[in-house]
Amino acid sequence: MSAAAAHGTLGVYDALDSATETIERLRSAGLKRITVFSPFPSHDLEHALHAGESPVRIFTLVGGLTGAATGFAFPTWASMTWPLVTGGKPIISIPAWVIIAFELTILFGALSTVAGLFISARLPQRRVMQVYDPSFSSDRFGILVLPPAGREAEVRDIMREGGAAEIREQVQEVKVGDL
Amino acid sequence: MENLRSETHPDVGSYGEVNRAVLKLLDKPGRSYYILLTVVLVVLGIGAFAWLSQVVLGIGMSGLINPVGWGAYITTFVFWVGIAHSGTLISAVLFLFRARWRQSIYRAAEAMTVFAVLTAGLFPIIHLGRPWVFYYLLPYPNQRGIWPNFRSPLLWDVFAVGTYLTVSATFFLLGMIPDIAAARDGTTVPWRRKLYTVLAFGWRGTANEWRHFSKAYLYLAALATPLVLSVHSVVSWDFAMSIVPGWHTTIFAPYFVAGAIFSGLAMVITIIVPIRKIFNLEAYFTPRHFDAMAKLVLVTGMVVFYAYLTEFFMAWYSFETPERAIFINRVSGDYWWATWIMLTCNGIIPMLLWSRKVRTNIPALFTITIFVNIGMWFERFVIIVTSLAHEFEPWQWRNYQPSWVEMAIVAGSFAWFAMWFLLFLRVLPAVSIAELKEVLPAPLRRTRAGVAESHGKIGPAEGI
Repeated sequence: MSAAAAHGTLGVYDALDSATETIERLRSAGLKRITVFSPFPSHDLEHALHAGESPVRIFTLVGGLTGAATGFAFPTWASMTWPLVTGGKPIISIPAWVIIAFELTILFGALSTVAGLFISARLPQRRVMQVYDPSFSSDRFGILVLPPAGREAEVRDIMREGGAAEIREQVQEVKVGDL
Repeated sequence: MENLRSETHPDVGSYGEVNRAVLKLLDKPGRSYYILLTVVLVVLGIGAFAWLSQVVLGIGMSGLINPVGWGAYITTFVFWVGIAHSGTLISAVLFLFRARWRQSIYRAAEAMTVFAVLTAGLFPIIHLGRPWVFYYLLPYPNQRGIWPNFRSPLLWDVFAVGTYLTVSATFFLLGMIPDIAAARDGTTVPWRRKLYTVLAFGWRGTANEWRHFSKAYLYLAALATPLVLSVHSVVSWDFAMSIVPGWHTTIFAPYFVAGAIFSGLAMVITIIVPIRKIFNLEAYFTPRHFDAMAKLVLVTGMVVFYAYLTEFFMAWYSFETPERAIFINRVSGDYWWATWIMLTCNGIIPMLLWSRKVRTNIPALFTITIFVNIGMWFERFVIIVTSLAHEFEPWQWRNYQPSWVEMAIVAGSFAWFAMWFLLFLRVLPAVSIAELKEVLPAPLRRTRAGVAESHGKIGPAEGI
């Protein structure tokens, strides 16, 4: 990866529409290995990249269902191991379990959503495998392309025409936090 | 490049300005900050001493007596759990409703939630005669082979409050990742850089990261919304599941949830007004925000007041002698003053918010919310103490008076909460940087009209 990153071309943009236009042009030129940096989640960028549905929702669903099942199974099992009648209620008191199950649905669902995010977005990242600029968390957008050999000039032209404020070539990887 | 202004934050110019303004909060604090922190730590110390004396000398140091086994501690527990609720309302419920004014305040409200639950969680433990065995509450495998009683509302509380603390803290820290990354990129202080590097998990703000992040945030909001409704319902069932007169009613769950949101929103305003002043955040917390929050305070306040009246009506209509007696006793018995503080602060004073002038007058709003905070503490006091002091058999009736230990611990809980909040203000970004940018118009190369012709889908964020 580091060898490829060394050949990366990074366009830095001040304007959102310049960035989206560049992405669309790069895509129509057949360049698919595009990484986009932005200071906030932008639907425009997402549309331009034609990104698919995030798999996080599967994690939420599975976590929630596991929580619900645990919320019924665990009190049932625990009450059966020492069957002690309280308040004249059945040992397995489903209405009371509903509350435990409700809370555990949310607890397990939330925790597995977080796990889903970390797995899908490949966090935590000790190293940034591509270039990063501190202004990407402030007010600028970045487009990183890893062009196949011989197409570097074409990428540079598309970025310049797209309105890049700055173009950096032969970008190196850096470690997050040591910028 | 043209530069449009946002309707919600007209005085915020650019993305860079948001970063600078928010990260400036983390700079070296002024003297007033340290003075405030010192006061808070002194009060906390007094509270800690009071608790220590109770641990060493026993629960008799509190004013709790038979039959009033629940007093100031449980009152304060319910109070803080209630305070927590509005943070989740603002961060999750208003997020799902796409309320455009929540962006600048939700982080502070969320922090308030986490610290309020952290404070609330102490009280059931303080309330225990032997606090060192608090872990008996948890269902953990043990050699005695016994498990907690899952039919008990007190155990439901353990699950509800435990889940609430975990989920709200997760939501808080996860939602902050992009902002911590911004703080990481904007600081030169070594310890801050280290801390933010760890807490940002290597966030770079790639489109892929944002795609998963936005979805995860949405699902967490969707999970937190039913959670916020369930937690105070479960807390209310601590009371409503028993047969004590004044407690055993089905209205308790919605009544408590409305009261929680009412008190929590009031607390958000109480906290944000001084922060706005001290840190010069007038451009971020605009009168529009206060107006919107005040309207919510008014609505929830009316629900609470309606619930008060319904309780009285039901006591009369049910023809239940103990129920009737308890409500007559509330307004005219030994605790009449507490009941009238509650009715005045929660029912009558918030009616001033019908006036737009009052809603946008920040000192007036601040004063009203302090009354609401006081009123809501007394509401729980009235519910708990008057009912227990005046149960079925007259020979059992006995009044309760909080001892100095209880009062010091209650005061200490406010200091504990304030300490966390003050530390938060100096360590973590108190206003969401990324979400504010979502409601600011994006910087565009071409004029907006030109963009509309060629693209259509690019433009200012919807709704501004």
